[in-house]
Amino acid sequence: MLHTIKMTVNGELVKAEVFSQMRLLDFLREELDLIGAKEGCGKGECGACTVLVDGEPVNSCLMLAVEADGKEVLTVEGLGEGDRLDAIQQSIVDNSALQCGYCTPGIVMSAKGLLLRNTNPTRDEVVEAISGNLCRCTGYARVIDAIMQVSASSDSQDEGSER
Amino acid sequence: MAREDYLGVGVIRNDAAEKVTGAARYAGDLKFAGMLYAKLLRSKHAHARIVRIDTRKAQDLPGVKAVVTGKDFPNRMGLYLKDRTPYAVDKVRYYGEAVAGVAAESLEIAEEAARLIEVEYEELPPVLDLREAIKPGACLVHPDLDTYEIGAAFFPIPNTNISNHFRVRKGDIEKGFAEADLVFEREYYVPHIQHSPIEPHAAIALYDRNDKLTIWASSQSPFAMRNILSHSLGFPMNKVRVIGPYVGGGFGGKAGLNVEATLVPLAMKCRNVPIRLVCTREEEFRDTFVRQGMLCRLKTGVKHDGRFTAQEFEMYWDAGAYTEYGVNVTRAAGYSSSGVYDIPNMKTDSYCVYTNKPVGGPLRGFGHSENHWAMEQHIDQIAHELGIDPVQLRRINLQRDGSTNATGQVLRNPGIEQCLERAAELIGWQEVSGPGVIGPGVKKVRAKGIACMTKAPAMPNDAASSAIVKLNDDGTVYLSIGAQELGQGSFTVLAQILANELGVRYEDVRVQPIDTDYSAYEWQTVASRITYSCGRAVIAAAKDARHQVLEHAARYFGVPVEDIDIAESKVFVKSDPERCVHISTFSLGVTLPDFSGYGGPVVGRGTFIPEGITAMNPETGQSEKPVANWTYGAQAVEIELDVETGKIDVLKVAAVYDAGRVINPVTAATQVEGGVVQGISIGLLEEMKFSEQGKLLNPSYVDYKISTAADIPDELLVDFVEVPQEDGPYGARGIGEHVMVPTPPAIANALYHAAGIRVRTLPMTSEKVYWALKERVSASLR
Ligand code: FES
Ligand code: FES
Repeated sequence: MLHTIKMTVNGELVKAEVFSQMRLLDFLREELDLIGAKEGCGKGECGACTVLVDGEPVNSCLMLAVEADGKEVLTVEGLGEGDRLDAIQQSIVDNSALQCGYCTPGIVMSAKGLLLRNTNPTRDEVVEAISGNLCRCTGYARVIDAIMQVSASSDSQDEGSER
Repeated sequence: MAREDYLGVGVIRNDAAEKVTGAARYAGDLKFAGMLYAKLLRSKHAHARIVRIDTRKAQDLPGVKAVVTGKDFPNRMGLYLKDRTPYAVDKVRYYGEAVAGVAAESLEIAEEAARLIEVEYEELPPVLDLREAIKPGACLVHPDLDTYEIGAAFFPIPNTNISNHFRVRKGDIEKGFAEADLVFEREYYVPHIQHSPIEPHAAIALYDRNDKLTIWASSQSPFAMRNILSHSLGFPMNKVRVIGPYVGGGFGGKAGLNVEATLVPLAMKCRNVPIRLVCTREEEFRDTFVRQGMLCRLKTGVKHDGRFTAQEFEMYWDAGAYTEYGVNVTRAAGYSSSGVYDIPNMKTDSYCVYTNKPVGGPLRGFGHSENHWAMEQHIDQIAHELGIDPVQLRRINLQRDGSTNATGQVLRNPGIEQCLERAAELIGWQEVSGPGVIGPGVKKVRAKGIACMTKAPAMPNDAASSAIVKLNDDGTVYLSIGAQELGQGSFTVLAQILANELGVRYEDVRVQPIDTDYSAYEWQTVASRITYSCGRAVIAAAKDARHQVLEHAARYFGVPVEDIDIAESKVFVKSDPERCVHISTFSLGVTLPDFSGYGGPVVGRGTFIPEGITAMNPETGQSEKPVANWTYGAQAVEIELDVETGKIDVLKVAAVYDAGRVINPVTAATQVEGGVVQGISIGLLEEMKFSEQGKLLNPSYVDYKISTAADIPDELLVDFVEVPQEDGPYGARGIGEHVMVPTPPAIANALYHAAGIRVRTLPMTSEKVYWALKERVSASLR
């Protein structure tokens, strides 16, 4: 059955007709050509398809497009401004916290979700936030460091503006 | 003279921005107008005759464009042994083998059509047990083995399930054992595991109106894929084109030709329409290459003073339904069977055995993770039997300048001693002798373990590399190579090498994506050989381009060539550095003061082939130079064992490798870090489990766990030794695969030091360790 859905994707209003069984991941990748979210398992086990829905990280392979109706979706393509990378992306680059890069958009979005709700996470909280994102290449340590550094630097900025 | 502007510098990866923004395109991200979707029907039996396939219902389903079966493409193919067809012909040989393929307008239609295909099977007894498979009279997985085309370095035994028998006969094995004061013998086992790249295999195939086959694939081996396809199709190579976008992790699983072949007959039926196949995770686990299981028996003769006198090593590889690539794993594990030790008398037999299991192939380590699992626990145990510290026993037997390895090759200055000493120092090694004993009431215990390794690139003796360097009008540079970026950082390191040699800015170098129609040739991105082999080709190409720029500049400035230098994309007169222009002045040739032209566009070419590698003697495995080079390394770990649950936590790892020369310390370190965690994962978690009928029981991340961010060591110390590789670029040699090899045995050795138990079967799960602990307690009460 076809449904008309409306949602905000990376700040832009999107209206579309979709079949009820279409996954949000396919809607993003196939209909909107936003290929940043990847499919690694299709079963909620790898986190490669992570996007934010109303600020919360979700596995877009487990969510139907119709379930995102009326919501705000943020994908890796929506991060940063113009040529400027988001602080998390920049930190991942600076820390060499990616290799093949296939898991990276998902990890970036999980980290984004964490930092949106907790600007000053502990190392354990960072680990917890990305423990659903499998990465076969990096061994994770640099990824965790990269995310920790973002929270540390946003912390010092906050302090700076308060003074 | 070579500059060193970019050597030993941790420049930012040149693929980072593309990947972190989600802009990087992988094969499964590509989309073409009118593209069709493929789905494969897979066997539900491990071993069966195909009596009948009826595809009519599938064919009649609206939206279905083609249905193919084994009959449509019965040509055998393979890298080293041509034993494989894209779809089963007459017989299925493992649970999951492709039986038919569908191309349709949508994936849903393709899936529906695949379900409508009717297959009638007549079940055959599956060959699932290695020990049964090698018995005389065993049911044969490939009764026609002796008719298959096979490389000269392999030795199948006709009318058996053995597709390769590799032998080492060195010294006098009987004399060696007679001289021993102690003979120590044990069995070890390694289960099947999966590479598990996060990107599943993906490919798109197009057979166009010019009879040209184009494949976009997530592949480590675009040129090898072209080679295999062209041979099996009987197409000239200029009618086969392979395009390789970024690969989302390979680890060996995307080497050679694999699931891509199933698209070929479909593409030939759907002329001019691209067809895409993306593996499901279940297929990725079972129907791409897996790492074969291995059962071995290791017997060592040793003197009271700790010197090895003899070693007998029998390895049986559970190599699966097709061994086109696996045969070389068994060969490599055979010729490296002395490990890092100098053993005067050796007898090694490595058997590649067909079974009705998924197809074995290359996985990071290529047989060495498996044989070192045995060797490095074995030597540790011998140390305890003799009451010698395990590091000391290794010292006594290490290969040194002038030692020989299993092939009888005389070694020059192997870096293993430095690696071992440094790893021991970093972990804070203290002498141990004898098993750990757990006192009453103790809940957690910590201990250290160590293991060494060595590995050579396992490849044909003439595996070649090439590179083309093109200077653009504005002075930016294109580097064309056939080596692939799998995440290991090759594009970055090769761009560094080019920038360094040519004298341009690293940021100005762009490595071109691989397209076999345009890129410079490369055998395959495997065997940790790219920095070494392609690196040499890039140096040569850069030198060639540099020479052209120097000549142009000499004419331009009116000075001798020797008086010109290039740095940071500036070309200047050495004796008068004020006279300096941007390199772009010379990109397309040069305009002289009288406005006449000279030279022409700068295009450098470079090639490399390792020289002097000679075939091993087929009877004895002996050769003066059997391989291009050996990389050595050592790892030490500290673990904490939870005595009540059997859970092992790896707290600290020290990993030291002889990289010859570290070109990029950051990408080198990241290779080690990722490899160590993969090693921990394989050591503690990973195992493919099969039912009694040969069905894979755990093809998902729920049932087959790999390490997550929560499973990593608190501390990981990485260091490098730099004993230059004679023919390596600036002395460099490969390390990419090596880094996960010694992790599991180092953990196993720590476990023995902690609790006096040995788990000789991977993985060291909590459950297994728990029962081993129980057993030890009850044995001590007896
Ligand atoms: S693809 Fe969604 S969790 Fe793996
Ligand atoms: S970088 Fe390859 S999977 Fe994470």
